Amino acid sequence: MTPENLIWIAILLPLVAIALVFLVGEKSPNIRESCTIGVAVTLFWVTTSLAGFVFSGERPSFKMGEILPGFEIAFTVEPLGMLFALVASGLWILTTVYAIGYMRSHHEKNQTRFYACFASAIFAALAAAFAANLFTLFVAYELMTISTYPLVTHHGDEKAKKGGRIYLGILLSTSVAFFMLAIAWTWTVAGTLDFTPGGILAQPNIDGKISDFQLSVLLGLFAFGIGKAAIMPFHRWLPAAMVAPTPVSALLHAVAVVKVGVFSILKVSVYIFGIDLISETRLSEGANPIMMSDWLCYLAGATILLASLVAMTKDNLKARLAYSTVSQLAYITLGAALATSDSVIGGGMHIAMHAVGKITLFFCAGAIYVGAHKTNISDMRGLGRAMPLTMGAFLLATLSIIGLPPGGGAWSKWFLALGTVQTGHFWLLAALMVSSLLNIAYLIPIPIRAFMTPVGETPMKFKEAPMMCVVPLCITAVGSVVLFFFGNEIYDVLLPIATSAR
Amino acid sequence: MIEQLPILVIVIPLMAAPLFVLIGNRKLVLLLTQLVCWTVFGVAVSLLSRMQYGPISYELGGWPSPYGIVYNVDYLSAFVMVFVSGLGAIVITYAPRSVDKEIHHSKHSLFYASYLLCMTGLLGMCITGDLFNVFVFLEISSLSSYALISLGKTRRAPLAALHYLIIGTVGATFFLIGIGLLYQMTGTLNMADIANRIQAVEGSRTMLVAFAFMTVGLFIKMAVFPLHTWLPNAYTYAPSVVTCFIAATATKVSVYAFIRLIYVIFTPQFAFEQLPLDQALMAFSLVGIFVASAAAIYQTNIKRLLAYSSVAQIGYMLLGISMSNVGGLTAGITHMFNHALIKGGLFMVVGCFALRIGSLKLEDLRGAGKTMPLTSFAWVVGGLGLIGVPMTAGFVSKWLLLTSALSLELWPVAVLMLLSSLLAVVYIWRVVEILYFSPASHLAQTAKEAPMAMLIPTYVVIGSTIVFGCWTVYSAGIAQAAAKSLLGISQMGGVQ
Repeated sequence: MTPENLIWIAILLPLVAIALVFLVGEKSPNIRESCTIGVAVTLFWVTTSLAGFVFSGERPSFKMGEILPGFEIAFTVEPLGMLFALVASGLWILTTVYAIGYMRSHHEKNQTRFYACFASAIFAALAAAFAANLFTLFVAYELMTISTYPLVTHHGDEKAKKGGRIYLGILLSTSVAFFMLAIAWTWTVAGTLDFTPGGILAQPNIDGKISDFQLSVLLGLFAFGIGKAAIMPFHRWLPAAMVAPTPVSALLHAVAVVKVGVFSILKVSVYIFGIDLISETRLSEGANPIMMSDWLCYLAGATILLASLVAMTKDNLKARLAYSTVSQLAYITLGAALATSDSVIGGGMHIAMHAVGKITLFFCAGAIYVGAHKTNISDMRGLGRAMPLTMGAFLLATLSIIGLPPGGGAWSKWFLALGTVQTGHFWLLAALMVSSLLNIAYLIPIPIRAFMTPVGETPMKFKEAPMMCVVPLCITAVGSVVLFFFGNEIYDVLLPIATSAR
Repeated sequence: MIEQLPILVIVIPLMAAPLFVLIGNRKLVLLLTQLVCWTVFGVAVSLLSRMQYGPISYELGGWPSPYGIVYNVDYLSAFVMVFVSGLGAIVITYAPRSVDKEIHHSKHSLFYASYLLCMTGLLGMCITGDLFNVFVFLEISSLSSYALISLGKTRRAPLAALHYLIIGTVGATFFLIGIGLLYQMTGTLNMADIANRIQAVEGSRTMLVAFAFMTVGLFIKMAVFPLHTWLPNAYTYAPSVVTCFIAATATKVSVYAFIRLIYVIFTPQFAFEQLPLDQALMAFSLVGIFVASAAAIYQTNIKRLLAYSSVAQIGYMLLGISMSNVGGLTAGITHMFNHALIKGGLFMVVGCFALRIGSLKLEDLRGAGKTMPLTSFAWVVGGLGLIGVPMTAGFVSKWLLLTSALSLELWPVAVLMLLSSLLAVVYIWRVVEILYFSPASHLAQTAKEAPMAMLIPTYVVIGSTIVFGCWTVYSAGIAQAAAKSLLGISQMGGVQ
């Protein structure tokens, strides 16, 4: 199979899943879910075979067609998108298995719609991952917003309505007011929207079509317009979206939705601006020049710290994880804004590392809810005895999120820290360090207390969540550790995105 | 036969209308009306398909051009005729159940006759090359739409129709005064002839007055803010089917007449360089978009909500037209088409609600998402189009407008335009939340899903908003060809 064909097959497969899910419907849930898993496994197989081509240096592309003259839907696969697609499609399988356990133990309604929307979110994620130009990326980005709305509001009650309103309100308005404007502006000055190694804005900058200051404004439009990256002050949608069932939070708010956001920011930084342009454009001269992206670096740094601080105050486990996600996403934005080759690679790596780590934590939160009906951290003392597997997995994933070996997150944070040193942003280095400490403070106590604290009166019996829930979370927990030993391979795979610029 | 196609568009429905009044049997008339509408649509499509060989000029009664009346078919008029007749046909296919419920049986054949007359008037305004003829067709369409609106079920319908009649007649009269003045200065009523002779008298005060009268007259017909006051009541109290048809087509045809007025009779130089009409249009459009969208947010009746949204959407079309370059004009014309589909589709959804729930108050629609899932989902899809989400027709026009505003460096316009489209999110999503997240009202609880006879046409229109969001060869592509020919740029020259 040629890699060109693999692209469209990969993108179409989730649509097949949607069709199958609707076709089977509520009549036989077992067949419906087997269809989803079957398609998910096929998709993972397709993406891995595509990865073989891409990681060995090929850049297959596939053109769907023009929507308007000059604006086409086209796909080109490069390492960053490939990595994202691998993560998304791989975790789709595990999440589906998990969702079966979770949704059935909860007797959730409208499961057909649930699995269909899930698949359409994956469709949007893959389309974004493989997008060959900003236009395609934008279309996929918006599809993602729309298709996940029914998932966020799945319960259909007043709380879901409010959460959904914030979710849709922030994501749609930032994307329309800033992202769309930024894309149209880019098109007017550059005459193209293709993701090009080395960027497309350097030449217009030399030609005087866009000044250094305007470049900085444009970067701002992108950074705020891509609301899914949850840079403060446009982060409120992420905690609001936690009204969704836990499998949704797990896949969408640790992997697909939020990662589409930071992935887009990385893409814009690397392939639209070009890291050379970002790292060499100065807004002021002198001994300590102000670089065009400095403000974004510090904003990302502030988001990292503030979100961690807010996370500490949350007693609801999912809310705490949500703010932790806001903080971790800002790491990736920071990597894009620093725009050194190490920081960009670190950012790309963190997409994978954080995805696997955070999905484990969300799986655990859901498993605890299913198994012990607890949502607040203060009630989880001694829970480790009842749910040793879940809590053990939680501990492993926590290591990765904090960035301690042997968690995979250690590598990505290391490269991001290198980036801050290379650009002389020592305050940001300090922020990263403090943030890691904060991570320890708000995550580690949860499993520690669960295992260490003696239970009050009655010792809890061993009572794990259903196997369908526990097995996936154990796999992802182990995965977050395994990734640590593949840090070098991921680095090599991502190296072309940083070097092709030169 | 082929060369007679232009006249058929007018003659078929015009002759059929009085005949149907005579026939009187409502079932037969309904069938024949549908047949006529689809035939006219077929003729319009075949006219459009002939456009690649150049514009067609048809002389009525064989009288040569400046003396007799001439019908002109070019990309623009053929395109507008196709979607006017197309929506007319699909709406009449959708109509029977709704008409049965909302209009007294004794008036059915009169209703269908008026419907055909209204369509004749609209198509006539598109095709004719004679200025006085435009006025005649404008009056045909207006008078028949007053009649159609007054057929509404409540007693407020005749009042709304009267309100529209008074304001509409003022508009038509203004237009006629303008025509009179033009005739006085140029001695001809043929549009192309006027355009030729206008150079000699350009800049005279009479011309300015003529232009002003005609512009204001058309603004009233287009319902440009602040001359829109007739529209919300007329749309709200008219029978559902009438609202579908008029909302989708009538204002667009007036926009079309306005484009002709500026780009063919007068010149863009006259309108936009000698007169500051472009700034005025932009200001009116943007203020109108914001005010009308904001008004839509506070409505409690779903039809009135859409009516205010229509006032706002006219603003986007005028915004494109005021840019007077290919990009802007393309955007304006494309939006005429896209909005016709979207708003027509949404009003068809509303018609389904009207049939099954019987009330169009938002509080009575609560929870209809459960009992009428297909209808409600159609609202969501159409609403996404109105908001302008990618892969819907609304996005295409918004994107075209945005890029051409930026290429002219109209930054405030671009930013305000994008911000204003966020208001659409609010009023559309307010209804979505009511449909899906509220406890059901007693009317919605017992409602059944709309009949397939109405759902299928609705989904055809709503579905086409998705199709034309992904594939724009026959929407934006034709609009661009039309814009180029209006601006005198040859089809071959690749001027962007």
